[in-house]
Amino acid sequence: MREINAALTIAMRDLIKFFRDRTRFVFLLIFPVIFIGIIGGMFQQNLGKNLAYNYQMFVFIGIIVQSLFSTSVNGLVSLVRDREDDFTQEMFVAPISRFTIIMGKIIGSGAISIISILGIVVYGLILGLPITYQDIILLSPVFIIATLLGGAFGLLIIGNISNQQTVNMIFPFVMFPQMFVAGVITPVNHSGPILTVISHIAPLTYIVDFAHGALAVVRPEYRNLVIYDPITNLLIIAGMFLVFVIVGTFAFARTERSK
Amino acid sequence: MAIQKNESNSVIEVKNLVKRYKKADKNAVDDISFDIKKGEFFAFLGPNGAGKTTTISILTTTLNKTSGDVKIAGYDLEKENKFVRQRIGIIFQNPSLDLNLTAEENIRLHSSLYGLYNFRPFYKFMPNAYKDRVNYLAEIIGLKDELFKEVKSFSGGMKRKLEIIRSLIHRPEVLFLDEPSTGLDPVSRNDLWKYLKTVRNEDGTTIFLTTHYLEEAEEADNVCIINHGKIISFGTPNQLKQNLVEEIITIDADNRDALRSELNKLNLEYKEENGFKVKYNNDITPFRIIKSIETPLTTMDIHEPSLEDTYIKLIGMKKEEIK
Repeated sequence: MREINAALTIAMRDLIKFFRDRTRFVFLLIFPVIFIGIIGGMFQQNLGKNLAYNYQMFVFIGIIVQSLFSTSVNGLVSLVRDREDDFTQEMFVAPISRFTIIMGKIIGSGAISIISILGIVVYGLILGLPITYQDIILLSPVFIIATLLGGAFGLLIIGNISNQQTVNMIFPFVMFPQMFVAGVITPVNHSGPILTVISHIAPLTYIVDFAHGALAVVRPEYRNLVIYDPITNLLIIAGMFLVFVIVGTFAFARTERSK
Repeated sequence: MAIQKNESNSVIEVKNLVKRYKKADKNAVDDISFDIKKGEFFAFLGPNGAGKTTTISILTTTLNKTSGDVKIAGYDLEKENKFVRQRIGIIFQNPSLDLNLTAEENIRLHSSLYGLYNFRPFYKFMPNAYKDRVNYLAEIIGLKDELFKEVKSFSGGMKRKLEIIRSLIHRPEVLFLDEPSTGLDPVSRNDLWKYLKTVRNEDGTTIFLTTHYLEEAEEADNVCIINHGKIISFGTPNQLKQNLVEEIITIDADNRDALRSELNKLNLEYKEENGFKVKYNNDITPFRIIKSIETPLTTMDIHEPSLEDTYIKLIGMKKEEIK
């Protein structure tokens, strides 16, 4: 009970901070808006007419999932970034387990990423994307799962790299390519062999594919865009989550105290 | 068998503590042992790189030891680290506050993490016991008016005050202070010690201090000086001074020859250097020396050694001399 209270406390702290930091909120909105508005709009205009699906809607879903995933990864990575001169130091000496701290961060950054996509959804509606309530119902669990996997993936990064500078260097390298290989901007179900291998390594691929698979329930055109059926994706995601959390927590607790 | 807290008078027991960092060729902390009694004010001194921060990091559970036994409040540091953490308060070298939150929110987070109260998003929903304790500490530490302001607007002194309140909210048995006055102006430093004294008197909290300001350690019950990872001196400030620093009275006279022959006659140990530097101690006091001399004196100056003199002398000594 005490550990749950502590985890919720850590999550609440992240939320309170998020609401107070307007710059961060704006920044979180700008990036997806650029992708959906500019790239999505541009491709839709030039290529979209020949496609069997609404391209801008496709990018919209991809960006939301990617945004949830990377905001959650970032939330965990901030544990290393802030360790030296922030409240984080205080958390590490509190009488709670490392696992609790990590769970608190995963819940907190997950909640932040869900709140921050609300703006993107509003933007999608303004653009006139054909979003229905069925889409939202089908995608909601996918969004929560995306934040959990993002948190677990972030944990795997910080568990193995305890140095702040290295994390800052590696973070864009790990995150940015995933956008292109995971099917966020274009479908990857008919890629060449090299891209297929790379996209199968990226955890984001399975979440994006899971989202498209969920949408296929009401949008038959998505059936031709997915790699795996939703059940297979869910099993892969669950497996990855468990491995990342177990390996990450173990590695994090070890590197942090054994210098 | 684990020595339980209530059975022992020591609150910190360190036995043969060793820390060697990975890839290092020598120990950062090299087989040190000491005991700290309940309610004691303990000062841990040493130059940069002596092993102070390493030791305090181990004692506050943020770093693993290589070998040795450490018990805090009767609990084993490694096996029962959660119990240890519950019983210690820490003021880090760098402020560890959340600048985007208010002072009270920082305290509220701490209280929830330490399991004192369930976290509630607003102060008004917190139990009265919490509110009373926060207000009480804010009152004596002088932060009541700033309690609901964001920490980013705080000065260094105010941040330290907030950290003291926060570290005391769970009534720790031991309060670790790692160079707490670094970066503070003299007034804030003075205030800090005033508050800590009040708190010590009221709760009997044990204080473990590392500092570069030696005058802060003058009031300590025990001082431990560490260098090259080893304890080079341990005792009360007075014991340390007596063992190492000569107590000297400087006198001079117009008639130096007369004064010299008188000093010789009295069998006093002295050195001629800008007058006569005469050694004194508890038996041969400065008063007795002056009283025995008949030659009219022109100068008289009693040098009472400070902890700083002792420290500088110790750190300046070579390893062999210390042994």
